[in-house]
Amino acid sequence: MLEIKNIYKTFNAGTINEKRALNGLSLTLEEGEFVTVIGGNGAGKSTLMNALAGTWFVDEGSIIIDGINVTKMPEFKRAKFLGRVFQDPTMGTAPTMGIDENLALASRRGKSRGLRIGITKAERESYKKLLATLELGLEDRLTAKVGLLSGGQRQAVTLLMASLQKPKILLLDEHTAALDPKTAAKVLETTNKIISKDNLTTLMITHNMKDAIANGNRLIMMNNGTIVLDIKGEEKKNLTVETLLKKFEEVSKESFDNDSALLSL
Amino acid sequence: MNIALLFNSLPGAVAQGLIWGIMAIGVYITYKILDVADLTVDGTMCTGGAVSIMMILSGHNIWVSLLAAFAAGMLAGLATGLFHTFMGIPAILAGILSQLALYSINLKIIGKSNQAINVNKYDLLVSLRYIKDVPFYKNSIFVGVLFIIAIIVILYWFFGTELGCSLRATGCNPNMSRAQGINTNFNVVLGLMLSNGIVSLSSALYSQYQGFTDVNMGRGAIVIGLAAVIIGKVLFEKIFRNFALRLLSVALGAVIYYVVLQIVIWIGFDTDLLKLLSSLVVAVFLAFPYWKKRYLDKPLKYKAANKEGSENA
Repeated sequence: MLEIKNIYKTFNAGTINEKRALNGLSLTLEEGEFVTVIGGNGAGKSTLMNALAGTWFVDEGSIIIDGINVTKMPEFKRAKFLGRVFQDPTMGTAPTMGIDENLALASRRGKSRGLRIGITKAERESYKKLLATLELGLEDRLTAKVGLLSGGQRQAVTLLMASLQKPKILLLDEHTAALDPKTAAKVLETTNKIISKDNLTTLMITHNMKDAIANGNRLIMMNNGTIVLDIKGEEKKNLTVETLLKKFEEVSKESFDNDSALLSL
Repeated sequence: MNIALLFNSLPGAVAQGLIWGIMAIGVYITYKILDVADLTVDGTMCTGGAVSIMMILSGHNIWVSLLAAFAAGMLAGLATGLFHTFMGIPAILAGILSQLALYSINLKIIGKSNQAINVNKYDLLVSLRYIKDVPFYKNSIFVGVLFIIAIIVILYWFFGTELGCSLRATGCNPNMSRAQGINTNFNVVLGLMLSNGIVSLSSALYSQYQGFTDVNMGRGAIVIGLAAVIIGKVLFEKIFRNFALRLLSVALGAVIYYVVLQIVIWIGFDTDLLKLLSSLVVAVFLAFPYWKKRYLDKPLKYKAANKEGSENA
């Protein structure tokens, strides 16, 4: 489903701030794999997401989604294959437009947008049912401006938007990090529901090791722009935070001294 | 001060305001919907008139001349759009570049700095002369209202289509728009073209109304457009929530602007200082949201907030 071959990306090349964010990273995802991605700050997790999304082009290497080489495909065209939820709840929705309008925009992802009506009555009805599955009461606020919703509600709506047109790959970039623990748990539950319903191939970045272990069927750990650990199957099921930390030390041959990674246990 | 004189001049101010209301709707598209302050309009506010008047004088149909004016405005918007998206120039600067370039183009279209058109010789749609003692369907106020209604209906339809919705999303959140497969660059160019087309149409009507086109007639147009948008927002925000009514409030804003201007002139204000006054008034209105946030919004009540915080913990 996804094939990343040896990608490199360096920011601010030739300046004092030069930073090699992706360093020959390769990764292959099979259909239906739900991969959680962990790693310290600056490991290249978000850079990987942006490389896939096409926010900019990689310096070297190639990205193939479902047999199509998208390495040089602009972001808006690549969106056809991707569902995305961002860390910042305000990033994924248009705040001055209604919930229904946001969903209608998302349902046309990858299709040409012409002079047909932007949202039909039948669509509104189906969105109502869809919103009801979130159990947030949003089905009664169909035309409310998204800017009026809370962070958790927005992330839930963004999740719906990302999955409305079944994406080849769902990209979740720490989408629960900005939420309070209770809301984060609820959004994560919704995430799992949506992923298992459509058997979506997913990449989910998280700072929370417990979440990384408890969710998905494969786990990768990144460090210095490459994947240093790749665990799947039975091994993933039996994983604990302690063994994960130990494994990381073995693989990276350096102590896992990243405070933020430890603090977010 | 003769009050009759004021009342006598008000219908003209209303007609003028309605024509500028069309222009302000164009500004609304860029400033409010696309979130771009487009200064191209200072140039396009002359281009439309230049194209229309020169075409009428050379014997073309008046409606054809309006269409040509609209197309010319769209071309100007296209130039600004390409400066901005293809060449990566900040939107404000891109607009200024187009505006300056249009000055030369406008001069070349007119062939000199201004050109009059005689309402007695040509069958114009609107004119200073068509305010009193004409059948109602010829009255410039009536014609102006018709134009505004037509433009609002078309825009209301357009911004409800898939393309129109994607244009609104582009102005609202470009990151999200690209993530949803929207070509934001294309939409910015399209929005600029649509906006400048409408401004140019307004310019064509305004030239007919005043009976001449002048290479300087667009100077400061953006300020008048913004004034209309802001007046419309301040006065009607609470009651007009529907998109069509929002557009109407912009047009009404322009009418109010011209009526107030007329009153200021009637009071005896030095007309040389009018642009200074307009500019300052718009500056104050633009500052208002900032001031409100900074000085007027009630500070958080810390006692209550702490209590709530401890409950959450």
